[in-house]
Amino acid sequence: MTDPTLVLEAKGITKQFPGVLANDNVNFDLRKGEIHALLGENGAGKTTLMNILYGLYKQDAGEILVNGAAITIHSPRDSINAGVGMVHQHFMLIPVFTIAENIMLGDETTKNGFLDVKAVCKRVEEISKQYGLDVDPTALVGQLPVGVQQRVEIIKTLYRKASILILDEPTAVLTPQEAEDLFRIVHELTERGVSVIFITHKLKEVLSIADRITVMRAGKVVGTTTPAETDEHKLAAMMVGREVILTVDKAEAKPGEEILKVEEMKVNDVRGLQTVRGVSFQVRAGEILGIAGVQGNGQTELVEALTGLRPAAGGKMWFNGKDMTGKTPRLLTETGMAHIPEDRQRHGLVLAYPVADNMVLNTYYQRPFGIHGMMQPAAIDRNARKLIQDFDVRTPSPYVPVSKLSGGNQQKVIVARELSHDIKLLIANQPTRGLDVGSIEYIHREIVLMRDRGIGVVLVSAELDEIMALSDRIAVMYRGQIVTTVAAGTVSREQLGLWMAGAHPGE
Amino acid sequence: MDWKRFLFIALIIVLLFTVVVLVGSAAQKPIVIIASMLATTIAVATPLTLGALSGLYCERAGVVNIGIEGMMLSAAFFGWFGAIYMNTILKLPAMASLLIGLVCALLTGGLMALLHAALSITFKVDQIIGGTVINILAIGITGFLNRQLFFEKGSIFGGNVPHAPGTLPVIHIPIQEAIESVCTSETCFTIARAFGKVFDQRPIVISAILLVIITHFVLFKTRWGLRTRAVGEHPRAADTVGINVIMMRYVNVVIGGMMAGLGGAYFTLESVPSFEPLMTNGRGFIALAAMIFGNWTPFGAWAASLVFGAAQALQINMQVFRDSIPAQWAILQNSYVVGLTPYILTMIILTGVIGKTVSPAADGQPYEK
Repeated sequence: MTDPTLVLEAKGITKQFPGVLANDNVNFDLRKGEIHALLGENGAGKTTLMNILYGLYKQDAGEILVNGAAITIHSPRDSINAGVGMVHQHFMLIPVFTIAENIMLGDETTKNGFLDVKAVCKRVEEISKQYGLDVDPTALVGQLPVGVQQRVEIIKTLYRKASILILDEPTAVLTPQEAEDLFRIVHELTERGVSVIFITHKLKEVLSIADRITVMRAGKVVGTTTPAETDEHKLAAMMVGREVILTVDKAEAKPGEEILKVEEMKVNDVRGLQTVRGVSFQVRAGEILGIAGVQGNGQTELVEALTGLRPAAGGKMWFNGKDMTGKTPRLLTETGMAHIPEDRQRHGLVLAYPVADNMVLNTYYQRPFGIHGMMQPAAIDRNARKLIQDFDVRTPSPYVPVSKLSGGNQQKVIVARELSHDIKLLIANQPTRGLDVGSIEYIHREIVLMRDRGIGVVLVSAELDEIMALSDRIAVMYRGQIVTTVAAGTVSREQLGLWMAGAHPGE
Repeated sequence: MDWKRFLFIALIIVLLFTVVVLVGSAAQKPIVIIASMLATTIAVATPLTLGALSGLYCERAGVVNIGIEGMMLSAAFFGWFGAIYMNTILKLPAMASLLIGLVCALLTGGLMALLHAALSITFKVDQIIGGTVINILAIGITGFLNRQLFFEKGSIFGGNVPHAPGTLPVIHIPIQEAIESVCTSETCFTIARAFGKVFDQRPIVISAILLVIITHFVLFKTRWGLRTRAVGEHPRAADTVGINVIMMRYVNVVIGGMMAGLGGAYFTLESVPSFEPLMTNGRGFIALAAMIFGNWTPFGAWAASLVFGAAQALQINMQVFRDSIPAQWAILQNSYVVGLTPYILTMIILTGVIGKTVSPAADGQPYEK
């Protein structure tokens, strides 16, 4: 039986990568004009399946039908011709090209052998109007905000007359307002007969936008459902394969002695502007101090100053009872400070290095990993295998470049490295940004575990839910200053939100 | 390229010209010196211009090419060899021999580039190492064959360097006549005679200038150029819209190699009718510097090549005016000092006095799916 409303069917898709069965007999279909969400954790095989549909990978087995007819896809060209368009998670745009150049690339219109930029601009403007996707075709893509770049990607597919649109993690990089705008655009598209595959790992989003939801786990389809039949908990359980605790379970904190004290710290950013303007706080052993705030209120610079990556322009800091103002990261690490940086790929890992080496990045020169300046491969290997086991890092071997791991597993490599030696203070900046439910749950548990072992924790996060779930005390940062510090549980979400937006406490 | 960069280039060229005019003013009219400097500058900038275009095609497509020097050197040799072989052994007329020599030079450049493409695109060898391989290979092959073919007893030329079929002839563009036809004063005729020479250039010099213009249009106004730049900036993005990244890179590198081949032909088929080991003398590297200073644009690269050309023209003219150099400029009588000018300029320019240039984002990175 063939359902005539099906525009796309993938039957029995199997794809093997070295060490991983990325897609295992996957079946997936899409009806005309629907939004079909594909939900799954990082590494579940969603992106692999879409890359097969889009012709970037070739499946080992299985067939693909478009409008009821089987097609062979050798390259993206074949998919584009079949009416499939894809907006990749990392945009496939060339920053130094204009919007028009980016859109026409690969499907150029020429006149007498020269590019016909005018005609392209006209087409782009037509599409812009038709779908409410406002862009200026002559603008340079590199100078556009992320939300607009995404619009360019969508226009790119429409320019190629795509009737099936794949959106890979489209909201991962968007602000809430930009995400709202995207949802509006997606509905606009489906009303005009475009069918959309919406890939995500965000549960709330799926429930609000999808017509149908298919959940993938470990390369297999777990099931297909609709928002009406399910809820966040059921979806999370399908995704992870077990009951997931979306709230963090933690006992009362037993704070000990003061481990970190910061007094009137001032820090300048790269441009020389003072973004931290006199911040004072202290952290005691065995408590979590959450620093809440909208991104860009000085948190990045504050953490960099605390970890010795950026000199403070004023103020003092005592760590473990000693004045450690302006000390090097190495000395701070040796004194017992651990740091989970905000940007794990740029500041947390050396992407080209194997997992094993990344796990000794801060201790490689110490025994047993380095003796008389020589690396000790056997000790590094033992360490890596132990940490991979203890921290459940999913990697085919300790010797694959860490860049090949999923975001969640990359973060686990950092967490494993930072928490595996004797520490007194953990500074975690946005530790779960961009991670899937399973990894978030895992990292939250680790942080609470550290606290219960008597380690002081500074948790910086822009996610209010995360701050509220983990912190024992909450400091709210606004424009480079701490507006107020309160005990967790004594304050509502709304109140915190107001302070983060600049309202003064006591008003 | 921004106007500041062009202004900087213009200033240096004016400065170099001024020095020669001041030094030579005792012996010659300034206008004649300027015209002669201009003619020399354009001519000697040719291998640099072509070398820079060679780098441009490769790097815009994302392949770093430091093998321009080697491609030029080997093309210079095989172009010359082809011409002599046709002329001496097959007894073809001089002009036909030279043209076949030219084709040999182009093919040699293209083949060397094909090797570089295979190394860096298919085998993903570090592209600096790939380029170095090309350079060393060229020095070895040309040096060895030069000795074996021409100086070894019993070689095809019988151990004697045969008489070369000459060089490609000057193409006369009747600018002088055009000016003279409207002239009334003697000064006007002097100007006409002086500047008429600027336009009497040989075919490779003229093609280099045409190729700068053509390359500009190809790169920025055509489908091929758009795709080439896309492949050099973000190959994955190009792949997702169905562009064959590997093919684009191969073809562009080979085109680049042929540019270098033409540059090599300039040395032995147009500039002088002979080959000497290492005769490219670092021009390939200066060309690379010119391309970088020109911010990976054809006109920018050409302008930068003209700076180096002017420095070389200065060196040549200093020899002409050597005896009339005033005492306080005595240092300029030392040919070593003057000979250093192009190389010193390279260093100054590359230190980034005029701001940083931006290379294609994926320059030097092999593409892996």
